[in-house]
Amino acid sequence: MLEQLSHLPKLPSIGSFRKMSRMARREMWTGLAFLSPWLIGFMVFTLIPLVSTFVFSFANLKITDGVTSRFKFVGLDNYVQYFKDPQIWSSSAGIPGSWLVTLRFGLIALPVGILVPLALALLLNNKDLKGKVLARTLFYMPTIVPLVAGVFIWNGILNSETGWINRALISLGLPKTMTPGWTNSTTWVYPSYVLIGLWGVGGPMLITLAGLQGVPTELYDAAKVDGANSWHAFWNVTFPMISPVIFYNLILSLIGLFQYYLIPFVLNNGNGAPGGTTMFYNVYLVRTFLTFMNMSYGATMAIGLFVAILVATIILFVTAKYWVYYAGESR
Amino acid sequence: MNSHKAYKFRRILSVILTTTFTIVLLALFLSPFAFMVFTSLKTQAQRTILGGPIWPAVPVSIQYNGKSADVYKVPVKTCEGFSPNDKSVQGFALVKKGTKQSEFVDPKNLSKGQFTCVLSWRATPRSFSPAWSNFVTVWKGIDYPRLLWNTTFYAFSTWLGTLISCTLVAYGFARFRFPGRDILFMVLISTIFLPAAVTVIPLYTFFVKINLVGTWLPLILPHFFANAYNVFLLRQYFMTLPRELDEAATVDGAGPLRVLWSVILPQSKPVLLAITVFHIVFAWNDFFGPLIYLKPNTQLYPISVALQYFVGLYSQQPELVQAGALMALALPMILFVFTQRYFIQGIVITGVEK
Repeated sequence: MLEQLSHLPKLPSIGSFRKMSRMARREMWTGLAFLSPWLIGFMVFTLIPLVSTFVFSFANLKITDGVTSRFKFVGLDNYVQYFKDPQIWSSSAGIPGSWLVTLRFGLIALPVGILVPLALALLLNNKDLKGKVLARTLFYMPTIVPLVAGVFIWNGILNSETGWINRALISLGLPKTMTPGWTNSTTWVYPSYVLIGLWGVGGPMLITLAGLQGVPTELYDAAKVDGANSWHAFWNVTFPMISPVIFYNLILSLIGLFQYYLIPFVLNNGNGAPGGTTMFYNVYLVRTFLTFMNMSYGATMAIGLFVAILVATIILFVTAKYWVYYAGESR
Repeated sequence: MNSHKAYKFRRILSVILTTTFTIVLLALFLSPFAFMVFTSLKTQAQRTILGGPIWPAVPVSIQYNGKSADVYKVPVKTCEGFSPNDKSVQGFALVKKGTKQSEFVDPKNLSKGQFTCVLSWRATPRSFSPAWSNFVTVWKGIDYPRLLWNTTFYAFSTWLGTLISCTLVAYGFARFRFPGRDILFMVLISTIFLPAAVTVIPLYTFFVKINLVGTWLPLILPHFFANAYNVFLLRQYFMTLPRELDEAATVDGAGPLRVLWSVILPQSKPVLLAITVFHIVFAWNDFFGPLIYLKPNTQLYPISVALQYFVGLYSQQPELVQAGALMALALPMILFVFTQRYFIQGIVITGVEK
């Protein structure tokens, strides 16, 4: 999917349309007719709302009791507020800002989100594993669990009194006072959320596994002839060959991180507990427009999110040149 | 010969170690399911015992002389009136506690009256049974039949929309050549990477303005206008189908719609099924859309939003929370067991094929 994005085709010139035969023109109109549901949908549900979000961010639009306020342009006021907002950029009072919260969580969640699917895929691709198909199905299975149900199941098992994890720790001899408070502790809340997120590992794992299975075995044979051990074979054969898949997972994880909101929202309605550590950027955004009904400020935050994702994605695509290898592409 | 044997031995050892490791990992990975099942079968009293057993159990008790008496697993040889050689264990209800000897009655033979057994009641295990009543409580508490109906309606109507629109659009991309087609396809794919937050605020404001928040319409309508994932999946599949059959049908005078209906779709059953199962799981899982668009009208809530609402009311009763979670995931799980092949194929196509 991503590879297609990286080769932009040339724009057709107007002249080529003039030169089209009657048949070609007919084919074009028929094709466009078939595309029309998406073309209309793209206009109505994506393009116009996207532009409107931008327009909203320069206005003062709120909804009170289901009634929208009068649309009034306020210039850059929202952006001034945005760059001064302690909830976004951290304050001296010690409450972490939403960007800092998202970044801190990402420092744990992103590596786990890449490495765990990779490790599981390597395990499932191991020739010494019996029952591969069953294991693959079972690792994928929790992905089917509706997220809300999954969050509550994990919240139960992470409960500091009755949850199985702490009970196991105590029976292993850990004093009760030293057991983690998990979702209620400012130290353990991010590891808890990462654990809950592990049930979504199935998709990236399957994609990575398919990538591993696509590596031609001749390459391993050649590496063996050259005297490579399995560590060298991984870094010189496996990793380059599956780097496009890892890149794809990385992009999706990063975009997912910027939009992270469901787990904190389901667990505590997005109130940031404990101690503001779960006031992720997108949680604050959803609260702004859904709880406080401040449409314009929400739109300003959405533009901020859009820019951040755009910048991060561009940086990733630039670095991709140095570590992502597309087989069959001359460089 | 010897080195061959050594190699074989190493290989068998590696198989055993790798497979055992995977089994242990899977047991840990799936243990929350066991936690859910076990907790959902406890009563409140059973759950609140600190350090109580983890298994799905409540003490069995009977009514004796107007008081409730818990049933214990008693070795009958310790009791008066039984043979000292009898090695069986029976369920007797405790009526008088004692450290050296306790008094019991036989629930199957109450007329026999109280008898003494020489044992400490503390050291005797109780008889346990699961509390199925939690499911009844949740079934009524969240009005499960209505949630099933709401979720099914949401899943079915949006499935219809997505299947019709995505098939048409994918066919357009797969079978017609015209300038700008590939750019449009790339625009379509890039919408996957567009965060929902940048479009949702104006859409929500618009639906508030025309008084449609609290109805199904804002949720269902967009599905009739195709989405990138399904179009991508269908287009990739259509492109693998031979064009010769299309052309033969065209020569016979079939129009493009006819070709799609009579030639393409009959060959596309696996991908259509994949989209269907993905869509059902999506609808069962969808939280954000129903949360914002149905909010004032809780009567319309599908299962995911209703579960969160329910947990908000019953957060002090984890056994009900876990029973609710089990009821929410039961249907997609059953579906997955029967159709998992299509899930796994579908994921691999979107992720790897380019």
